[in-house]
Amino acid sequence: MLRFILRRFILAIVTLAFLLVIVTLIPNIAPGDPARKIAGGTASPERLIEVTEALGLRDSVATQLWKLVKSVVTLDFGDSFSVATGEPALSLVFTALGNSAKLVILSLMVIVPLSILGGLITAYKKDTWIDRTVINVGIAFSAIPDFVAGVFLLAFLAVPVDFFKVQGAAPPGSGIFTQVQHLLLPVIAVLLVYFGYIARVTRAGTISALDSDYARTAFMRGLSTPQVFRKHIARNALQPTVAVLGTQLGYLFGGMVALEKVFGYQGVGNLILKAVDKADYPVLRTGVLAVAVIYMLATLSADLLIAYMNPRTRQSLGDN
Amino acid sequence: MSNSNFESATDGPVVAAAGAATQAAAGGGSEGKKQIRKEQLRVLYTSPGFIVGLLIVGFWVLASLLPGVLTSFDPKEFVEAGPRVKPGGDAWLGTDKNGWDVYTRVIYGARKILTIAPISTALAIVIGTLLGLIMGYYKGWVDEILSRIIEAILSIPIILMAIVVIFTFGRSTTVIIGTIAVLFVPAITRTIRSAAIAESDLDYVMSAKMRGESGFFIVSREILPNVVGLVVVEGTVRLGYAIFTYTTLAFLGLVGGDITDADWGIDVSQNYEQIARDIWWPSIFPAAAIASLVIGVNLVADSIDKAVKS
Repeated sequence: MLRFILRRFILAIVTLAFLLVIVTLIPNIAPGDPARKIAGGTASPERLIEVTEALGLRDSVATQLWKLVKSVVTLDFGDSFSVATGEPALSLVFTALGNSAKLVILSLMVIVPLSILGGLITAYKKDTWIDRTVINVGIAFSAIPDFVAGVFLLAFLAVPVDFFKVQGAAPPGSGIFTQVQHLLLPVIAVLLVYFGYIARVTRAGTISALDSDYARTAFMRGLSTPQVFRKHIARNALQPTVAVLGTQLGYLFGGMVALEKVFGYQGVGNLILKAVDKADYPVLRTGVLAVAVIYMLATLSADLLIAYMNPRTRQSLGDN
Repeated sequence: MSNSNFESATDGPVVAAAGAATQAAAGGGSEGKKQIRKEQLRVLYTSPGFIVGLLIVGFWVLASLLPGVLTSFDPKEFVEAGPRVKPGGDAWLGTDKNGWDVYTRVIYGARKILTIAPISTALAIVIGTLLGLIMGYYKGWVDEILSRIIEAILSIPIILMAIVVIFTFGRSTTVIIGTIAVLFVPAITRTIRSAAIAESDLDYVMSAKMRGESGFFIVSREILPNVVGLVVVEGTVRLGYAIFTYTTLAFLGLVGGDITDADWGIDVSQNYEQIARDIWWPSIFPAAAIASLVIGVNLVADSIDKAVKS
């Protein structure tokens, strides 16, 4: 087990390092003068030199990478150029992550129980009209881009029903209820996107678990359906669900750029979009890194959870 | 969007059946193979999902090829009805703030998406299949390194990667197509790679090896024909995601060109803020067009997937 954890951890670190190097070297790769892009076409030569220096473009690639190592060790990723000039990039990213976290946690609280329930019901009602309707409608919705779902919700819920709010963020100083109220529409949009996907994975896992010999034996021993489910099915059936949730957590944090735009929500996706708009390299780099770290942690914990649920994976993963 | 790492979730028995079918195809000679293909096509043509999906996609293809047949206006023509007219009457899907006919813009908007999405998907499929076959057949250290790189790319939400790449290389159509293609390669490679690994273990590959066939021959003439169904499925599924990704990028304002050109994603982003003032039609109709195209492609993809595995 320890070997397995260690192996996964090293893999995650290597991947992160790889990403960080690429994102750091972007200004070198980009065609044209990045300093001019940031400072604008009318900037004075002095300003251009200043920006070039701030970008570290005068240094050799080796020095740039050394500086990168230093900034990772000291957790100092430089100050924002243009999104919020002078503020440390890391603190901007943390604020945005806090907003994203609110949305993600609330979404998970709604999505996980509902989609797993949906998956279980459709698995137990396999091949009936309930199964077909729920799965097909779910899949249709998860194919639609999130911003399209968001725009529909704006038009058909936020405008006619006063209770739903157009803005994702509550006015500053609002109580928890108002905050949740403002987040409801984005959460429903996320639910529409993910329900079909997670329900289908859960359904497939449950069906194959129900089909297995151990489940049949358990039924023959005279155990009731809930008993069989608790003791034998759940552990096996939900493994794919856990794996999918692990990979999707990273997406929830960083992939909802468009949805955040629809509801004017200041999450990490929106911050990265703003950084791109204003060519703010430090903020961009820190934001992308933050999303990658969260993603790694999420998949790592999902893998560990699966290993805990299934001793066989534990073995096979540890051995090679 | 977010769940770009689409992996089709299949039930255990279906996969087993698919394996049996490939084996039968491999063992039964060309006669048996033809029979199976015929059977698969029959399943496809009689599936209601496939027909509905094809009709939807067909309509948008018609719109992108011959928009003039479906509307008599120009996408940037100030129509008689005037700006911000509700749907019905003169402009049956209403007009936007510029006095442009929403229906006409939706029809003309099909062309851009139906050019960019298929091209980038085709590129991604060719590269991904090639890489997947090579990695799956030869394995070794090249496979090991490429696998790690694929893992790294897949570890960032596609839309975020796309933003970073487009930021680096600019917003031209070539960059957009290249970006979508490159970002789709890892997922395709991974799927084809595992299929190629499974095929490599089968007897027919072994016997080809013993006949002394070259690696190129085995990959292209023995393994490829047996994973072609999977390649088609991947292609249609990815096409849906390419549409998804392109419209999202357009909505985020990350595609270059003239923002007054008819483009569903751009039209939604230009008009969605007016929803709060109850002017919903200039953004909802292009949004519905996006939804219908994505659902249509997915219906087709799903039916092909079922047919291949039947």
